[in-house]
Amino acid sequence: MNKKIILAASAVSFMMLAPFKGFAADSLNVISFGGAYGAAQKEHMLDPYTKKTGNKILFEDYSGGIAEIKAQVTANNIQWDVVDIEVIDLERACSEGLLEVIPRDILAAGDDGTPAKDDFIESALANECGVGNIVWTIVYAYNEKTVGSNLPATMADFFDTKKIPGKRAMRKRPQVNLEWALIADGVARADVYKVLATDEGLARAFAKLDTIKGDIVWFDSWSQVPQLLNDGGAVLAQSANGRIFDAIKKENKPFKMIWDAHVYDLDVWAVVKGSKKKELAFDFISFATGTKPLSGMPDVAYGPTRKSSMKLVDPKVIPDLPTSHLEKGVKADGIFWADYGETLGEKFNEWLLK
Amino acid sequence: MSDSSVNKANAVNNDADAMSAQGYALSKKEMGFARREIRRHKLLAFSLVVPLLLFLAFAFIAPIGSMLHQGFYNPVVNDLVPETLSTLKEWDGKAQPNDIVLNAMAKDLKRLALTRDSGKFSAEINRYLPGSSSVIKSSARKLKRAEDADLADNGAQLLLAANDAWSKPKIWRSIQQAGNIYTDRNYLTALDLERNQSGEIIVRESAQVYMKLYTKTLKLALIITLLCLLFGYPLAYYLANAPSKKANLLMILVMLPFWTSLLVRTTAWIALLQTNGVINTLLLSVGIISEPLELLYTEFSTIVAMTHILLPFMILPLYSVMKGVDPSYFRAAMSMGARPIGAFIQVYFPATLPGLSAGALLVFIISVGYYITPALVGGTDGQMISNIIAFHMQQSNNWSLAAALGSLLLVLILALYWTYDKFIGASNIKLG
Repeated sequence: MNKKIILAASAVSFMMLAPFKGFAADSLNVISFGGAYGAAQKEHMLDPYTKKTGNKILFEDYSGGIAEIKAQVTANNIQWDVVDIEVIDLERACSEGLLEVIPRDILAAGDDGTPAKDDFIESALANECGVGNIVWTIVYAYNEKTVGSNLPATMADFFDTKKIPGKRAMRKRPQVNLEWALIADGVARADVYKVLATDEGLARAFAKLDTIKGDIVWFDSWSQVPQLLNDGGAVLAQSANGRIFDAIKKENKPFKMIWDAHVYDLDVWAVVKGSKKKELAFDFISFATGTKPLSGMPDVAYGPTRKSSMKLVDPKVIPDLPTSHLEKGVKADGIFWADYGETLGEKFNEWLLK
Repeated sequence: MSDSSVNKANAVNNDADAMSAQGYALSKKEMGFARREIRRHKLLAFSLVVPLLLFLAFAFIAPIGSMLHQGFYNPVVNDLVPETLSTLKEWDGKAQPNDIVLNAMAKDLKRLALTRDSGKFSAEINRYLPGSSSVIKSSARKLKRAEDADLADNGAQLLLAANDAWSKPKIWRSIQQAGNIYTDRNYLTALDLERNQSGEIIVRESAQVYMKLYTKTLKLALIITLLCLLFGYPLAYYLANAPSKKANLLMILVMLPFWTSLLVRTTAWIALLQTNGVINTLLLSVGIISEPLELLYTEFSTIVAMTHILLPFMILPLYSVMKGVDPSYFRAAMSMGARPIGAFIQVYFPATLPGLSAGALLVFIISVGYYITPALVGGTDGQMISNIIAFHMQQSNNWSLAAALGSLLLVLILALYWTYDKFIGASNIKLG
């Protein structure tokens, strides 16, 4: 109760303060997901931009979702200028008028001269409010030390507690978990969302999840995954591929990723509606989505969204990029989740309480 | 204003009354002067509490009021498609509405697409009819390209061509329902109820979450309160009767965790309880268990961590009340032949009841609305109603439902307090 009151009170006081707040000229608030990914963005996008233009950037973290953007736009107190947002949320944020439309003519041509329109992969420019930044994916991973004698290879193995006994860590939300349950139950990858939209399909997905319910450890943030795998809190863990890649590369953890039925998606740069630094924000996005800055994203195993950037990527990293495994993956369906996210969120909560 | 000046003002008032009663009345002018003086003093006194009142109004009353309001006030759809709604009034609710309605909708949708509000509209309707979000948005996208003249002539056909769903009554019923500015829907949802097509209130079909969570929250809060009582009472008794040097030292030990950040205390429990944490490692090495116990992310971990965190709220009022209980009562009971247990139950315990009620009420009410600890150590089993409110605030963006759930929680707490006052009496509470 207290928390809520304080929250509401601070919301009210922020609203009151709004007209008096001003920003120093030429500084930009950029929000992203932090961690190894944030570090890569800072190194390849933010720092070079500050060096080139002299404009300062305040770089902050959030954990995704559109609630905070909605609060700022509703209260007409825009604190964030540029936001790194998942396509799964982009669809909804854009159509609810929370983001600015980004004119396509601000985008620079590739370093090899290819016009932006042809240089970007198609889905990177699919939504008028965003410019694709990375291709990332959700895989599951295991710890070689704790997994035991049978090694997992497929999505069905993730749901097979006989073959691989032990805890499975999953993010506490219906997204991806329901898709995986259906695939493990034998639904073809191309049909997942069609099946999931039916009542029988949904029942089937929950029935499959039921089979491992007692063995699931739930987490809320991707940053918890490497720790869960490392401490033995879970034997198998769902994860954003970059987090596992980073743990393997930087900390030499004995983790292995399974690419079967990974669910991939894009992250895009977007501008919060009503930002006072709109032009500056566009300028930043234009720079950050250039060939060179994008080519730095594979540092954390996220694929660049420009074809010209791929040429600059270290060939050793390429097998670890989601873009090298697309034929085994499922594209996360932003439209499906805009339609059913809320209902399935409720059903998922109900299932959790059973 | 000091107390003495208030007294003076009252004295003037009393004098004026007394004198007029005794016959030698003050002149009108003098009485008026006296009254003005009193008013001035009252005003001054009031002006001193104005900052606090304003603060309360802004930081407490306004947010709670707006929360209660948002639970049943939702003008979004009414603002977005007023024309469609007014034409829908004539609709019988059974078959596909007539072309006037369809035309109005087609026109509204084009306008919404141009002002980029179609998402707001579809998000609202989608709450009533899951899956309609994409129907509305894709139709709006298609109608955006239609010419105004064309839209005026065959808007209905264009709308039906854009998506087949517009020929079914379902979506229209949802729009009609969502168009009500005042709705009890969020409160019904919060009680796991809904209205069926003929408007009767029935048990919700799609999902039953919230009543279970309220029950669970109350259950957890009750267990935590009882545990706090079980641990807190003997300790407070000991503290109150120990020699002061020892008592002070122990008091610091009670207060230290109280002064430590809530997050630190909760995280400490994570370190203790996790699979390879302190407790499991210890038990394994001693050989009591052969496999690590599942302690973290359970109901158990929520109860343990919250009991630890809330214990001082029980101990402090108990301690200060016990301090005030005259030990000679107990000795007197004993000297009159009571057994120690009997004397304790009949003499000592009733005297500590005010502290006990205060502590129990504090712990219970705080734990009913607790958020951080269950969120961190509760996993799925240890979640409470506040966590689902946060979910609707932060993830599903259904602020109206969050407001309704929060309001019900407030009502619940007030009802509990009322029951308590009715049976035990709020005046019986003593914090020291």
